[in-house]
Amino acid sequence: MWKPEPSRADLQYLVEKAGLMRDALLSAYRQMCLIRHFEETIADRYYIGKTPEFNMAAGPVRGEMHLAVGQEAVAVGVCSLLEDQDVVVSTHRPHHHALAKGVDASKLAAEIFGKRTGLCRGKGGHMHLFDKQKNFSCSGIVGASFPQAAGAAFAFRQRGQRNVAVAFAGEGAANHGTFTETLNAAVLWQLPLVVVVEDNMYADSTPKWAALSQPHQFQRALGYNVPSYLVDGMDVIDVYRAARAAIQWARDGQGPALIEAVCYRYRGHFEGDAEEYRTKEEVELWRALDPIPRLGSRLKKLGWADDATLDSLRSEAQRAVEQAVAFAEQSPLPDPAEALAGVFR
Amino acid sequence: MRTMKGIAFAIAEAIDQEMAERQDIVVLGEDVTYWGAVFGFTMGLHQKYGRDRVVDTPITEQTFFGMAVGAAAVGMHPVVSLMFVDFLGAGFDQMYNHMAKNHYMSGGQFAMPVTVVTAIGGGYGDAEQHSQVLYGLFAHVPGFKVVVPSTAYDAKGLTISALRDQNPVVIFGHKLLTGLPFLPFEGEEEEVPEERYTVEFGKAALRREGGDLTMVSAGLMVHRCLRAAERLARDGIAAEVIDVRTLVPLDADTLVASARKTGRVLIVDEDYRSYGMTGELAFRIQEGAFDALKTPVRRLAVPDVPIPFSEPLERAVIPSVDGIYEEARALVGAPPRAV
Repeated sequence: MWKPEPSRADLQYLVEKAGLMRDALLSAYRQMCLIRHFEETIADRYYIGKTPEFNMAAGPVRGEMHLAVGQEAVAVGVCSLLEDQDVVVSTHRPHHHALAKGVDASKLAAEIFGKRTGLCRGKGGHMHLFDKQKNFSCSGIVGASFPQAAGAAFAFRQRGQRNVAVAFAGEGAANHGTFTETLNAAVLWQLPLVVVVEDNMYADSTPKWAALSQPHQFQRALGYNVPSYLVDGMDVIDVYRAARAAIQWARDGQGPALIEAVCYRYRGHFEGDAEEYRTKEEVELWRALDPIPRLGSRLKKLGWADDATLDSLRSEAQRAVEQAVAFAEQSPLPDPAEALAGVFR
Repeated sequence: MRTMKGIAFAIAEAIDQEMAERQDIVVLGEDVTYWGAVFGFTMGLHQKYGRDRVVDTPITEQTFFGMAVGAAAVGMHPVVSLMFVDFLGAGFDQMYNHMAKNHYMSGGQFAMPVTVVTAIGGGYGDAEQHSQVLYGLFAHVPGFKVVVPSTAYDAKGLTISALRDQNPVVIFGHKLLTGLPFLPFEGEEEEVPEERYTVEFGKAALRREGGDLTMVSAGLMVHRCLRAAERLARDGIAAEVIDVRTLVPLDADTLVASARKTGRVLIVDEDYRSYGMTGELAFRIQEGAFDALKTPVRRLAVPDVPIPFSEPLERAVIPSVDGIYEEARALVGAPPRAV
């Protein structure tokens, strides 16, 4: 949800009110660049063996691939406020959340390549990422994140632990019964749960107008007495401000909160998507709101960075991604016998 | 007649041809318009019949399966897409407690003419939640007819039969048989009539004749069995290959007759091994052919583990042509059972 661009003085005021210091904002910029470059590098490797004829089974990275280019600000704005013990449950489009939650980029890349050194030893792949240390998980099934995050929040409340659980999901998933069922239970039991709806306008190929009776999730959430925020998901500062309030609220034991972040995915639902359901002009329109240059220009406006600083943060992120992907590519595949292990502990 | 590659176009054509004649058919599901339910089973329909009869639903399986139950109860014939069979959990209550039982529970008052079309199978790296077949779960619940086409000809004829059936029918279309350009294709191009025709449920198809052993399977595995049978033939082993086509109703007679003829049976399945199709078919075969079996029935299926992501792991669990060939050779070489 686009909001007017603040003047330099207003911007100064906004970031101060949000408790955002220079280092935090520079780190957000670096994280967003890391995610962007990670996703674009994965896309590059994904098409090895898949051109000119696109065959999902071919090449070093097989199966479906859902990338989050354009949605970096939502992940970074929320996850930069989380501790390791806080839980994140993500979706079929999980890389940006994972990286923002601090999941190691090398192990993540290795998992996407199906390697033995991956987060899940090659068993899960891109849609099924698990990192116990970082309390991160995701699912390829739409709508699965809400109740699972609520379960973690339930445990935190039972144990008197000052942690929160965050469920990420798309606006398409918010149509699922699990969304409202979870909101109801979370209010009833005052769970430290933060639901983040990443509204990227399309549920697969289905545009919002064809699937939502009204365009905003915060209105649904208000019906369950869940404090809710409507934010510009292409603006990390706006996401951060709401997330800070929502996470604080939940951490303080006041109950759940919801953030509806309106954003856009620049790539298809999955790689190979012909995108018949939208126009190139629409995608270009949203390019003007690209969260990375927007943050860059604000950092300059605040006098907190110049082009050289931004360049060096971008190259630092690029180097980290290149190392991670090289690690993945050089890692060995698992032994086939591993397939039979691990159904039960 | 014209040549057709894959089951996706065949299923879509069957729905199209029935929809053109009948007003009671509506199509419901996620991404059924632009994407033709992703795997092509509804492609071209919304351009022809419009968004009122071909409806993109919100991601709400429980609701659109429940709506199918309600619409069928008042005389519609919904065609419902379950995009991947793996998503059944999100709507299964409406399917197994209602769609499958309402006719029985109502003492026969309410027919439940619903055709469910769903995509199954692995082999292209889509991992645990997008690679299963799961038809055994549906076949286990009384009330569903379970259709697993392996050819475009069958896919069209079985789909038309489903659309004319007064009961819930679930059509399991294997992704590697769809013939869509973004996936590997393991079927054959075939001649398929342009006009409408039906293929009867409960009739297994004899895909290859042979006297040394019988291989029984469904869907994609029929093609892998046929490829294994070609290799076995080069070794001088004549394998008979039977495609069950429908798990419910099941043509046990054809299986038993073949088992009695060859005395050796290998059942090949892409579903999980235990408590599934292989066990049921083995039971039916021993029931009718026990005295004619030369050695215990064998089976090859996913060895009771989820379908892993990484290629070497996935290859290790889904039955392959090599694996079928080896198992068949071992079966033929196995000593007769003790008497």
